[in-house]
Amino acid sequence: MKKVRIGSGAGYGGDRIEPALDIMDKGNVDYIIFECLAERTIALAQEQKIMNPEKGYNELLEYRMRKILPIRQKRDIKLITNMGAANPLAAAKVVKKIAIELGITNLKIAAVLGDDIFDKISNYENLKMIENGEMLSSLHNSIVSANAYIGISGIVQALDNNADIVITGRVSDPSLVLGPLVYEFGWETDNYDLLGKGTLAGHLLECGSQVTGGYFADPGYKDVPDLWKVGFPIGEIYENGEIVITKLEESGGIVNKATVSEQILYEIHDPANYYTPDVIADFSQVTLEELEINKVKITGATGKEKNNYFKTSVGYKDGYHVEGEISYGGSGAYERAKLAGEIIQKRLEQSEVFLQELKIDYIGINSLYKDQIANAINNNFDDFKDVRLRVAGRLVIQEDAYHVVNEVESLMTNGPAGGGGVRVRTKKCIGIVSILVPSKDIDIEVHYEEV
Amino acid sequence: MKLREVAHSRTGDKGDISNISLIVYDMEDYEMIKQQVTTEKVRDWFTEIVFGEVQRFEIPSLGALNFVMKRALGGGVTRSLSLDMHGKSLGFALLEMEIEFDKERAGNGNGRIAEKTKGNS
Repeated sequence: MKKVRIGSGAGYGGDRIEPALDIMDKGNVDYIIFECLAERTIALAQEQKIMNPEKGYNELLEYRMRKILPIRQKRDIKLITNMGAANPLAAAKVVKKIAIELGITNLKIAAVLGDDIFDKISNYENLKMIENGEMLSSLHNSIVSANAYIGISGIVQALDNNADIVITGRVSDPSLVLGPLVYEFGWETDNYDLLGKGTLAGHLLECGSQVTGGYFADPGYKDVPDLWKVGFPIGEIYENGEIVITKLEESGGIVNKATVSEQILYEIHDPANYYTPDVIADFSQVTLEELEINKVKITGATGKEKNNYFKTSVGYKDGYHVEGEISYGGSGAYERAKLAGEIIQKRLEQSEVFLQELKIDYIGINSLYKDQIANAINNNFDDFKDVRLRVAGRLVIQEDAYHVVNEVESLMTNGPAGGGGVRVRTKKCIGIVSILVPSKDIDIEVHYEEV
Repeated sequence: MKLREVAHSRTGDKGDISNISLIVYDMEDYEMIKQQVTTEKVRDWFTEIVFGEVQRFEIPSLGALNFVMKRALGGGVTRSLSLDMHGKSLGFALLEMEIEFDKERAGNGNGRIAEKTKGNS
């Protein structure tokens, strides 16, 4: 039976490059995918593009391509990535430029366009935002980006036209894998059973090492051999939709039922209804079989007909975030940190600062789980002798953000005894909301560069 | 006994929604966690953190439950003032939950579990 081997080259925008190069060199893969976009990344990239129309793609694109292109050429591996972010066209031109510099020829680079619908966003002002049910128009003029999660069509079209490298912007993550599968096997795009299986393959490969032992180790409970040199996954996908997940033998990490199970449910809500632009995938009946060490077979995924909407992420300016921290040590550390927290609260209440929200945490005690769980899982707070106060605030104007920062810094001389290690930062905040845009409104185009 | 002795977990985020998987090491324990780790119990456990609906999905073929918790991430990953704005650490809070367990275990469970996942069961 025909099969395709697809390697994962990145699970997030800044992922390690070494495991990707290892897979390309020794993994005998036909494709490698680099998944590099999180919910907010594209909005931040859009801002970079506004500042400089030649930018707005993944910041590691040049770095990665210089390393990837020579191996890709030698091993004839097709590369699919969403590193185009807000500017796939500019990204394709950059790859072409690097290829010329490296003396590489016979390379066809495709840029998939159409996900960016910022220009048309005024058409959708009456749509309700999924998160809060309010109309999009309530964001007024603060919108900075709008990108639809598009499906496989642009990727398949690019491969049909013999592209070696396909660069997209916002594409549904599993589509990066489903695209090549549909192209290779000629799966019909209304065969939702197979599309559901291919989507599971994509879901398992889109997060880099998260299925090969990364993000898994819990010493004494879930041990992972040589996590320091954890390998990225290789998926062997068969024409009938059977999936085998494995990794390079010499790499660190582990692939077993437990790692695969964790990743199947990662960021999934109803496992019987996983909405993508290509299919509504159903992972609820999946079964796993460990074929041999670090080799797991996954069967039983299926799918249903997609709906006719693309989820679209809308980025908007959402004021400022500020964070400030200071540490207290030794006996009474928690008491002094709490006193510092009370002081901050009072000083801010007395000031003119307009805080949308203020959060005061004690790192090591309640910063992750708040008080109820902290009280349930800890015995005696007097035992904590290394406590860090954290003050976080959301503000509308920048001057107010600076004021909060200043109050945290001034705890050095105007707060309790022994405070040290002050760190503060402010950042402009980009919020993300989602709307559902009819898929017929989206026109996918593929642009090509060749050397 | 804590849930950590019989199950493992991973947490994901989408907008203001957190999902926590809970997966048993040993399929024999699946019915037990299904009975004990109810939607209500999870909602109560996270009462200071989760302000929306909590749903539980069962995936028996994986020995897994999936808890989907709305309004759990301080208004959403991009707005949240939490140190852990993605809520990645929430799964380990769930594993701290105490459960009733009457079956004989080897030691506290660790030995058996470590052996099971170390490589290659």
